[in-house]
Amino acid sequence: MSKQSRIFEISRTILAITIALLIALVTILFVSEEPANALSTFLLGPLKSMRHFGNVLEMMIPLLFTGLAVSIMFSSAQFNLGAEGAFFLGGIASTFIAVKWALPNVIHPVIAILVGGLVGAVFCGIPAILKVKWNATELVSSLMLNYVALFFGLYIINYYLRDVNAGAMVSYKLAETSKLIKLIPKTRVHFGIIIAAIAVIAIFYFMYRTRWGYRIRLTGLNSSFARYSGIKTASVIILAQLLGGFVAGVGGSIEILGMYRRFSWQSLPGYGWDGIIVAILARNNPALIPVGAFFLAYLRIGADLMARTSDVQSEVVYIIQGVMIVLIAAESFMAQYRHKLVFKEARNRSV
Amino acid sequence: MSNFFNIIFSVDFGYAVLRVTTPILFASMGALISDKAGVINIALEGMMLIAALTGVIVSALVQSAGLGLLAAVFMGALVGMMLAYFALNLKTDVILAAIAINLMAIGGTIFILFVVAGDKGISSSLPSLVLPKVTIPLIEQIPVLGPILSGHNILTYLAFLSVWLMYIFIYKTPLGLRIRAVGENPHAADSVGISVRKIQYIALTMSGALAGFGGAYMSMGYVSWFSKNMTAGRGFIALAAEAMGGGTPQGAMLTSLLFGFFDALSNSLQSLRIPAEFVQMIPYLATVIGLVIYAANKTRQIKRIQANKERDANI
Repeated sequence: MSKQSRIFEISRTILAITIALLIALVTILFVSEEPANALSTFLLGPLKSMRHFGNVLEMMIPLLFTGLAVSIMFSSAQFNLGAEGAFFLGGIASTFIAVKWALPNVIHPVIAILVGGLVGAVFCGIPAILKVKWNATELVSSLMLNYVALFFGLYIINYYLRDVNAGAMVSYKLAETSKLIKLIPKTRVHFGIIIAAIAVIAIFYFMYRTRWGYRIRLTGLNSSFARYSGIKTASVIILAQLLGGFVAGVGGSIEILGMYRRFSWQSLPGYGWDGIIVAILARNNPALIPVGAFFLAYLRIGADLMARTSDVQSEVVYIIQGVMIVLIAAESFMAQYRHKLVFKEARNRSV
Repeated sequence: MSNFFNIIFSVDFGYAVLRVTTPILFASMGALISDKAGVINIALEGMMLIAALTGVIVSALVQSAGLGLLAAVFMGALVGMMLAYFALNLKTDVILAAIAINLMAIGGTIFILFVVAGDKGISSSLPSLVLPKVTIPLIEQIPVLGPILSGHNILTYLAFLSVWLMYIFIYKTPLGLRIRAVGENPHAADSVGISVRKIQYIALTMSGALAGFGGAYMSMGYVSWFSKNMTAGRGFIALAAEAMGGGTPQGAMLTSLLFGFFDALSNSLQSLRIPAEFVQMIPYLATVIGLVIYAANKTRQIKRIQANKERDANI
């Protein structure tokens, strides 16, 4: 990417975020009786104490994984929305290992996370295989399979892992050996953030420095061209979905092992959809995923704090997300400005 | 097993199938019209949700179920236009724009529900109205069929009527022809002076309005309240029904009925000794299987036609 178009993309993103925030601010002004308090908590709340900033980092971890997962899958131009189901099933699988198996300290979480990742990979591989083999649209099939994953997972919890004495529909307690250690005192930030950092670096390297990553990106940019240059696009597509599903499954496992004492999700947690937002913010570039994940996590925690201390509900953040997605993904948004930039550059060169 | 057949061959079950098919049928007509114009609309889910809430709020405010329905449909159409603006003017990928709308709908409806009703889960504090049920004078008296076909919500009849209207609209009117032309080949349509953008605007607006009917039915017929995320994937199921129905109104109706059948089955099977989770999984799993069968058939057909062409060319 040239320097010019990078400046353009950055300014476009900032403007889109600004517009989204302005719309949210106007909404808050409308519904709130104490808008000043609500606004300051929303925008600055997460910075006011270590605990709240810790919340942002905790929230960031699952978003990093699903953001990476979606960016890999979307890079191959497949609208596979299975990250949601893969994340959920990853959590279920690692709960199973954490509850049923007795393993020593470090090995226990490693095995649980790997199994979670494999389950996620298989899950996201299904829509890809249906697409490649029978040409069934991956968009619809992955949407439907997410619900299948939800009910299948709940079945596993209800019939194999449910602690009847716990009152609610939750699993048995996860074994102490399986849990991820906490890193920062007074917060719940856990070892998962280090795994996430490694994943970001590894996937950036894979996508931009290896042959297979190049094949995935080329297939995504122009699958006919990729096919004519001898790339087996079918296997590339399947590989990308397997890898994406693996990352999402690992994310689900880590979220459960790092943050929970029992498995307690009753519905799909929504991190797969959030991963789409993160991936769009990061333009599918793994290196930018942390920025997108941090930003989204910050917004979410800010909104939560606002809901707790003022009369504005945290759901206002959904409005911001929607506007952001639309404007950032909009090709024509600020197209005139880009036109001017290109024009100026061309004139400068010709002189 | 005999229990199972007792459930399926009961009058109640037949009635339930039509009842649960209604929202899927409306939404699948919405999916059809936008698909015919060459744009996939996966925002049906969010549109239904927004319309369902609109119906409840407006009918509670003005104490008129009819106006509530009107407002819901209008709101659906408005969101359809919004999607068209994002996709056609701002050139956002239509799938991403639709995902944005769906996410906004989930959070936005909860936000507004709390502002209006003071609850984040359910609208029961609002005195909202439901649309009337209709008994059909003669049909009502036929044994077995009567109780299945008569006494439904007025929107259920409208949903089946919309299939017929959609057929007429798409295949027998000039605008329907233009919509199909744009969907088949936008460049060819453009070259004979059809404004592709205008046609797609119209199609997405209609698609939203149809989703609006479906949403209104959810909160003003199927049940008498709005609850968060009450559409539970019906918009997506409708999308699958349309794809499986081969892109025709009749086909989409048959597949919608099939999903309605599985949906009703999952409701009634809960009395049997099958894990509830598996029963709830049925409609979604059936959708995936149906989608694959349809897509596989279509691919085979295309291959056969190509093979025939090649053989003809060789002769």
